[in-house]
This record gives sequence, C-alpha cells and structure tokens, in this order.
Amino acid sequence: MSDLATRDYADPAVRAQLVSEVDRAPGAAKPDPILVVDSVVRHFGGMTAVDVDHLEVQRGIITALIGPNGAGKTTFFNLVTGFDRPSQGAHWSFDGKTLDKTSASSVAQAGMVRTFQLTKSLNRMTVMDNMMLGATEQSGENLVKSLFKPLWHGQEREIEERAKELLDRFKLLAKKDDYAGSLSGGQRKLLEMARALMTRPKMIMLDEPMAGVNPALTQSLLGHIQSLRDEGTTVLFVEHDMHMVRHISDWVVVMAEGRVIAEGPADSVMSDQAVIDAYLGAHHDMDLGDDALLEEDAVKEMADEVAREEAEGKA
Amino acid sequence: MSLTEDLTTGSDKEQADRTSRNKLLYAAGGLVAFLVALALLSHVPGSTGQIAASMLRVAIQPQTAALAVAVIGLNIHFGYTGLLNMGQAGFMMLGAYGFSIAIWKGQPMIVGILAGFAAAFVFALLLGIPTLKLRGDYLAIVTISAAEILRYTGRLAKLENFTGAAQGIPGSQYRGPFADLSFLPQDTNWTFPFTKLTYPLTGTDDWWTRLVAWLVVALCSYFVFLLARSPWGRLLRGVREDEDAIRSLGKNVFAVKMQALIIGGLFGALGGIIFILPSSMQPDAMGRNLTFFAWTALLLGGAATVFGPVLGSILFFSVRIFLQGITDAVLPSGLMNTQQTEQFAWICIGVMLMLIVIFRPQGLVGDKRELRFNV
Amino acid sequence: MESRAVVWQAPVTKILAAFFLTILTLAAVAAVQPARASASASLCLPSANNSCITSTVRSDSGVIAGAEVRVTGPGGVDETLTTDEAGKFSLSVTETGEYTLVLVPESLDESLTVTNGSVTLNVPRMNRVRAPVFGVRTADYSATTSFSDQLINGAFSGLRLGLLLALASIGLSLIYGTTGLSNFAHAEQVTLGGMLGYLFVNQWGLGLLVGAPLVLIAAGFTGWFQDRVLWMPLRRRGLGLAQMMIVTIGLSLTLQYVYQFFIGASTVKVLVFNPTPQSLGPISYTYPDLIAMAVSVVVISLVGYALLRTRVGRATRAVSDNPALASASGIDVDRVIRLVWIVATTLAGLSGLLYSLVIQRGMRWDSGMQILLLLFAAVTLGGLGTAFGALIGALIIGMVVELTPVLGAPGDLKYASALLILILLLMVRPQGLLGRAERVG
Repeated sequence: MSDLATRDYADPAVRAQLVSEVDRAPGAAKPDPILVVDSVVRHFGGMTAVDVDHLEVQRGIITALIGPNGAGKTTFFNLVTGFDRPSQGAHWSFDGKTLDKTSASSVAQAGMVRTFQLTKSLNRMTVMDNMMLGATEQSGENLVKSLFKPLWHGQEREIEERAKELLDRFKLLAKKDDYAGSLSGGQRKLLEMARALMTRPKMIMLDEPMAGVNPALTQSLLGHIQSLRDEGTTVLFVEHDMHMVRHISDWVVVMAEGRVIAEGPADSVMSDQAVIDAYLGAHHDMDLGDDALLEEDAVKEMADEVAREEAEGKA
Repeated sequence: MSLTEDLTTGSDKEQADRTSRNKLLYAAGGLVAFLVALALLSHVPGSTGQIAASMLRVAIQPQTAALAVAVIGLNIHFGYTGLLNMGQAGFMMLGAYGFSIAIWKGQPMIVGILAGFAAAFVFALLLGIPTLKLRGDYLAIVTISAAEILRYTGRLAKLENFTGAAQGIPGSQYRGPFADLSFLPQDTNWTFPFTKLTYPLTGTDDWWTRLVAWLVVALCSYFVFLLARSPWGRLLRGVREDEDAIRSLGKNVFAVKMQALIIGGLFGALGGIIFILPSSMQPDAMGRNLTFFAWTALLLGGAATVFGPVLGSILFFSVRIFLQGITDAVLPSGLMNTQQTEQFAWICIGVMLMLIVIFRPQGLVGDKRELRFNV
Repeated sequence: MESRAVVWQAPVTKILAAFFLTILTLAAVAAVQPARASASASLCLPSANNSCITSTVRSDSGVIAGAEVRVTGPGGVDETLTTDEAGKFSLSVTETGEYTLVLVPESLDESLTVTNGSVTLNVPRMNRVRAPVFGVRTADYSATTSFSDQLINGAFSGLRLGLLLALASIGLSLIYGTTGLSNFAHAEQVTLGGMLGYLFVNQWGLGLLVGAPLVLIAAGFTGWFQDRVLWMPLRRRGLGLAQMMIVTIGLSLTLQYVYQFFIGASTVKVLVFNPTPQSLGPISYTYPDLIAMAVSVVVISLVGYALLRTRVGRATRAVSDNPALASASGIDVDRVIRLVWIVATTLAGLSGLLYSLVIQRGMRWDSGMQILLLLFAAVTLGGLGTAFGALIGALIIGMVVELTPVLGAPGDLKYASALLILILLLMVRPQGLLGRAERVG
C-alpha cells in the first residue's frame, strides 16, 4: 500500500509502467482502482442506454471515456455521479466506499466531483460567489450559524484566499467580481472546473470539457487537466475530440451502444478493430485523431484565436 | 463618491456589502420622502388632499405591514431560492388560525404565536416533501391547491366551534392579550403630527398595532439581511441559479430548499397574525388573491433584495388607492360607479403586474443582472 | 418537402368546420327561447353614505322565495326582510359594525333543512356590499335516496363535470406541452365562455344557435390575439417560464376584475329555457345536461382524432416532444403554438358556455379560480403536457368532486378532496398517470 501511496503520478514513466501491466480488454482489473463499477444498467423506454458489466478506473492517471454519439457516455456519467438512477440494482464503489443508490451530493462529498457538458456556471452570481460555493464544510451554510457573522467570517476569508489562488491559476482573477454570465464559453468551462476543485476532489469527472470551447482555449484547458493529474487528482473525462484524447490520456475506455467495448492506452485502442467498427458504424467520416490534421492551417487558426482571446481577457 | 478607491481597502465582500447598503439607504430615503410628500399633500383641499390622505392611511396600516412580512417570506422562497410558492396566503392563514384559535380557547398569546408557527412549519414540511424534488411548477400547483384546501377546511360549517366556519373569528375574541401588552394609554385618540392620521393609541385599529407591526417588519428585514449576506444566503442563490450545479458540489439541495420553504413560511405565518390583529379572522380574506397580491408587491419592490418587499407592499396598497381615487376624481360621475372604480384599480394592478414582470423583472430596487428569472 | 400551407390549412379548416357543425346541430336540438334576465326591483346600491347587505337564499334545488331574514345590528337595526321571486333580499345600512342575520326557519317550506341559519358579518365602512350565505338544503337530499342511487347520480354529475373540465384541461395541457407554460389565466378563459354566452344569449337574445358559435369564435379570437400580442413577443424576448407564469397570473387578476367590473357580484347562467328535471332510474338530468355531455364527447373525440391522425396534430405532438427538433424538421413551431392557443381558448370557451348552461351554481367573476384548481389537478394527475392524460385526469377529478359529498364528506370539501388526491398522487407518481419519467442531464 505504501508503494501505491508514494507513487509519483507526475512522472510519465511511472504512469506508463502502471498501465503496461493492465490487460487490454473491457473491464480489465487495475493495480489500484479508485472507482469500481459493476452491472450499471439504464433503460429509457425500450432502449438500453447503458449496460456496463464491470469497469475499473485507475487512481492518479487520466482516463478518457470515448465513443460515438449515443454510446451512453453522459448517461453513464450521470449514473455514477448520482444524477440518474440505474434501472436495476447496480454496484459501484469509490475509494473503498460503496456508493450504490446515493444522491448526487453524497457522491460529491465522497470526493468524486463532476462538471457538465452544458456548463453549469451560476450565471447570475459573481465569479467569486461561484467559487465560494464550491468550498465544502462551510459553517456559514448552516442556517443557525449563518446569522452570526463571527462564526463564519474567519473561514470565509480562508476560502476566499483559496478561491483567489485557483482563479489566478485559471487566469480568471481579474474577473472575480463579474457575473459569471458575462464570461465566454471557454472561461465558464474553466470556472466550472475551478469551482469543482474548490471541493478538493479526489477524482474529477469532466463531461466533454472541450465541447463548445474556443479552440484557442483548448491548449490551456489541456494544460490544466494535466497539471491536476500531476498534483495527484484522478481525472476521468468524456470526450469526442480524439486529438485531446491522444494527447493527454493515459488510458482510454471506449463505449458503444451502452457497453464498454475496448480499453487500453490511446494508440492501441485506436487501432482496435471493434473501436473502428463502432465509429465507422456511427460516422463514416469520423476523424480518429490524426495528428496531421493539427498542423498548418489548424495550428495557425488556433494561434490567432489565442491572441484574440488574450486581448479580450485584458480588456 | 470614493467607491473605486474602496476597492483597494477591505475585502471584496465588504465592498459589496457597502454598495448594497448604499442602495438600501437610497430606497429607504425615497420611501420616507414619499410618505412625507403624502402627509404634506393631504393638507391640500379637495380630492388631491383626500387621495393623499387615504394613500398615507393605507401605506402605514397594519395590513400593509402584515403583507410586507409575508412578502419578506415569499422573497426567501422566490427571490433568493427560486421556489414558486403560490400558497403564501395559506401560510398566513395557518399563522392567523393558530394565533386566534389558541387565544379564543383561552391559551396565552405566546402559545397562540407558537401554534401558528408550528402549523406553518408542518404545512411547509408536508408540501415540501413531495414537491421539492420535482420541477418548480409542481410546487406552484401544489401550494396553491393546498392553500385552498386549508381555506375550504377552515370554512367548514362543522368546524364552527373550532374555526368559526365561513364567518371566522371576530377580533374581539383574540385581540385582548395583545392590546393588554400596550404601554400606550387606552383608547385615547392621537394624531400623528402634521398628518391627518388619527387613531386610538390602544383599541381596535390603533397606533399600538401599527407600532408593533412595523417594528416586526423592521426586525424581519434585518433577519433577512443577516441571512442573505451569509454563506447560507449564497447557497440559496446558488440553488435558485442551478440546482444540479449545487448538487455536483456536494450540497444537499433538498435540505436547503426545505429550510428556505420553512423559514419563508414562518414569515408568512407571522404576517398572517399581524394581518388579523386589527380586524377579524376571516378565511376568505386569505384566499389565493392575497397570494397574488404578495407576488405583485414582491415583484414591484424587487425580489432578492432586503428592502424590496417592504417598499413593494407599501406601494402596492397606496398605488391601488391612488388609482381608485384618481379615477373617481377625474372621470365624470356616472361613467363608473364607486364599485367600478375600485375594480378598475384592481384591473390596473393586474396589468401593472404583467408590465413589471415583462419590462422590469428586478422591480424598483432589484439588481437587473442578478434578477432575471430562471426555471 | 410539402408546402406548409397544405400541411396546415386543410385539416384545420376541416376540424373547425366539423367542430362548429356539431355544435350547431346539437344546439338546434334545444328549443331556443331567448330570455332576458330581469333585474331585481328593489336592489340596494352602495354609496358613500350606505353599504348593502344583499344575498340570495337558495337550497340545492333552487332559490327560495318568501323566506324571512331577520337582521340585527348597530344603530338599533332590527328588520325582517322577505326574499323576492328570485330568492333575493337586500338591505341598505348606514352604520359600520357587525350585523347578525338569522334565517327564520318557520318561513321555510317543511321539506327544507337549514344547515347554517345564522350569519354574522362585518361592515367595515360605507360603500360596501356584503353577501351573507345561508345553508339550506332539501331534507330528502340524503335521507330518502338510497346510497346506491346517490352514488349513481353522483357519478353521473361527476361525468358531466369531468367532461366539461376535460374540454378546458386538454387546452391547458396542450399549452403546457408546446410552450412549457402553466397558464394561470386559463380558467378565466372558461369564465369568459360563460360570460359571453350570457351576453349573447340572455342579454342580446341571440339564441343559443347563433350565440354559441359566436362565443366560440370570440373565445378563439382571444387565443389568437393573446398569442399575437403577448405570448409570441414574450417568447421572442426569451422571457423565462417562471416570468411568463407570473404574467399569466397578472392576466388572470386583470380578467377577473374586468368581469367583476361588468357583472359585479352577480351570478351568470345561460338560460335558454327553464329545463325540467327528468329522471332515468336514479339519475336525474335535464335536457341541457345531455346536450352539454354530447357536445363535450364529440368535441373531445374530434380533438383526439386531430392529434393522433392529422398532420397538424402530429406536428403539435412533435413540438410538445422536442421543439428544437420539430423546428429543425421543418415544422413552423410558432404556428403550431398559435394554433394551440386558438384551440385551447376555444375549448375553454366552449367549456365555460356549457358550464354556465348546466351547472346549477352558474358562473361568477371569480369562478375561474375554483375551476383553475380543478384543471391543474386534472392536468397534473394525468401527467403535465399529455393531452390524453388531461382527459383522464379531468374525468377522475370530476368524479371525485361530485362523489365526495355522497361518500359522506362535508359538501364544502368536495373541491378540497380533488386537490388532496392530486397531492397524494404526486408523492407516489410525480409524473402523473400518463406522463413519462423525465430524463436528467
């Protein structure tokens, strides 16, 4: 156990070594899983949206959950995070604790915090208020104590400091008194992620963090995700964008038609015939993350937009 | 003003507090100016003076204070938490019944007040449990229905010995203990200096009731101010904005909404008690239209603000009197009879509610950026 | 892709034509006797110097003429009044304070039982009208009719009320389904039907044959007009649903007081002729009852057919399901919603017309509120936004309302019981009987 606890996840070699031992098959056992899911099934009407037999998510690394549209990735996320109920008895445990049938808030309290595909920033509150809401165990959120400022004022100051640090890191500090609704789509994604970090999660689950984000911000988002991992937070994310998956994930889980059809490091998964079939079945023109496409025009376009975004940020 | 310089000193929170305090001062100043103007105008001879005098009378009447307290509660529900409570009159009725029945049956006043609160507490729990996990409009439909069930039940002829049935409970049956608390002389008429407001110091419809009623309004407003600036208040606003987001941060949204429903309901009950003090306990006076008036007052003043409910309630009553008076005075007699001018004033109130919601949802003192409605 | 005009106009015209035709035929069956309502001779009008205590003494079988009411109050008022032909009495008082009214039992027919014969009311100031309500009922109401007969008769009344509610609640449900709006002013549309019916048939003497179609056209016009000047612009502005809901509350208040402005505190009934109660076994009914029920059944079936079988109906259901998708697949969402408003208000108008034709207590300026709660109960019970759920919900609510007194609960609670059932159902099946559980996220 001590070996696991002291592992340095920031070192690519350590991570590579960690996943190299894992069987490249759906439902493979991991050396030190943080999340273990068993028989999670969800029907909508006659359709089975999710039917996952067994899945383990390794601690300390970035795991990507990919799959064609309608593969059930978001539904699976909703089920695991308590935002939806499985159709029949399912089991999952997080960091050793059983979370079957728990509410979304207890899942979050256990340390598994998510973001949403359609960003849920609280638009009519300030950026700072958004952040402050993320902090857990605030005595001022108790109805009785809230009436007496001295009981929560000190804690409030501490939380505010931490929020400022995070905002600074996500380059949002200048906007702290703005209403969240006035931010750009990408900034709101960043805010949502920063807010989730305020809860000090053990694992962060990002639902399509790149969806609707200005390509210019993608690089910085990727950087943030990687640095989270380097600091020891487990990351699980759903993504369509294969480039991103290739670039940052240590392990990839592929879902199609509600089931896990493949698992493995990015390169091996993308050459898996079942995966290619699943994608081709869904989208013939699906781009499986060919790096060549990232060059020339695309890169230039990105650079332009980064410049524009930064100019806006300063204004 | 040195608002920009203030940014460098103190925390941002204090800065925000200061801005809202300034806003509150302006609104309160405006209100005082409005009342003083009415007092002055009431000395003008003719219909202007009469209208101003009636407006001033309703502006400070105990029922206005009662509505203000209930609206403060509704503000916690809707303004801060986004709960669509369409049964605030039901909470008022429970407070009023608890108070009047207990005293009528020989209990001390404190028991009456507690009985009213307890009834409202249970009512909030009963309504909240089935609906707070559902979409917002279910709460609206259930609360309006439940408030009506209460009214029908209160009116039951079979319950005459308990609730006084449709006629309710005359004020003389429960007003005693409250009037006894008065340290003002009994039954002496007193005129507020420079106004035409003359009421007995202690008696029915007296200065004592007005004094206590507005004191309660002030205390309630302060209480809401304390809640709203706290992290709990922030949590409420978060729930109003997006429940799922708050849930994803590990907060128990159901519990928060339930707390808000209960607290707001208790304010409703308190408002109900004040409502019946100067008159009598009549169930039909606390029907759904009273709820709608509370909504109008809230939106007029400005939801999610501390002072909005008070301002809104005062304006709600005086604007109606103004409309009625002006119609009476301006229209040639014969075009509308007196009842029709009253109804005409109500029609204007309805239209006003629509216009406010459409064009100025933040009301008079609300923050436009913050208060757009969601759901 | 077919042109939208074809998709739209043909079925709409057909349905509307069939709709009116049905009503015309059924209305023609009724003997049409234009009758003008006569105002009571000695009516008290309030002024700055006096207030009025005025009311009608009635039992479940109708108004009671010649009943005596003794009024005592401040200023030594002690008078005994006798009700007129219409069961009305009125007294002008000039002092504020509490008045006590006692219905003299000896003045009543022996077949009547007084359930509430004494009323105390407060006249707070001059220029008021106070209307005390006495409780009188026929003695045989529960005594001589067997329980099963009462049950059957109650079920019949329940079916009648249920059908009338269904007409209105289908519209409410369609509006909710297509726009997401809980329309608090929908019941005022029902009241409008009754008011217009009274205006056209009784005041103008147009007869039901002419009056009924006019009511429907006028009601439908209000729907078109509302959507044109209010709801569509608000949708375009992107007003939130809660905000829109409060707008409907404002509209509801406005309309209520507009009605009161014109008709005051009186009760409005559309009287074509004096219907004689007939009986079939334990069921007592009148001719208008049958007409109203037949019209309801036919119209509800037409709407159901239109929703299921016509393009426009399918378009409506598509918009209810997913407006964005419907719009993307070439359906003109605004047009569907406009049509839904027209149909919904027409149905509500029809419901109100029939209601004031057959329901004993008639229509008052604030009847809408009572009806609204029943409509909400029906719609929520059936499942918000499902038109067929609304139908089933309305029938259940109608039955519950009419059977509650039969089953022994006090009659005053008959509306309360419907609402209680709604709340209980929400606890076990929040999506309603026919609704689908919602997908989160």
